[in-house]
Amino acid sequence: MAILRLSEQIAQGIRDFGARDYPNETCGALLGTDREDGREVLALLPLTNRREDSPRNRFSITPEDFRTAERAASEQGIELLGWYHSHPDHPARPSEFDREHAWPWYSYVIVSVDTGKPQQMTSWLLAEDRSHFDFEEIVIRDSASAAK
Amino acid sequence: MGITVEIPTPLRPFTGKQASVEFNAATVGDALKQLTTTYADLEKHLYTDEGRIRSFVTVYVNDEDIRYLQKESTPIKDGDVISIVPSIAGGRHNG
Repeated sequence: MAILRLSEQIAQGIRDFGARDYPNETCGALLGTDREDGREVLALLPLTNRREDSPRNRFSITPEDFRTAERAASEQGIELLGWYHSHPDHPARPSEFDREHAWPWYSYVIVSVDTGKPQQMTSWLLAEDRSHFDFEEIVIRDSASAAK
Repeated sequence: MGITVEIPTPLRPFTGKQASVEFNAATVGDALKQLTTTYADLEKHLYTDEGRIRSFVTVYVNDEDIRYLQKESTPIKDGDVISIVPSIAGGRHNG
């Protein structure tokens, strides 16, 4: 199974953004390293949810924001690994809409936010044939032992 | 010298990890057709079952979005660079 490593600080950052933007969906980029033994998120780049018409159940990141995220990763000498978003008052499982719009390779982290309080956080990878998401195990390490 | 097509990271597993590939083509549509013919597994990520470019795939020619040019009929010439740039979308279902 694929592994996505986060420090507690990064994990808490995703939860905090989910709570901050509730009842709307939060979204942003995951920046870090991709190695044979797994991925590690080293920084978050919060982005504006561009879906002004339905921000409570949709999020959108424009090509311009995508390029901003790629540039941010490049400037830090790391990679754009994927994306996080929240599911307000909904489980941390990818929806059919998530699957239809997903890209392969990227890690998709979802945090559920229940009446404003962050709950479960999961990560998913789109299958190469686009038929489903595969579960990616999140390993949270305390900040003191997290690789820099 | 031909047309360069820049491949975003999530699609590189389907192009033998190449970040860019070159073709000789007269239009954007020609170049993308050659791309998906050469790397057939790319097609389902770039096109819908009806053969249209997916809504979350943005194609640029030298930093110009082809939706504001002539879309897939946009003419191209040697030295031009086509970029495939993702937009990212999702969200929970239910109203």
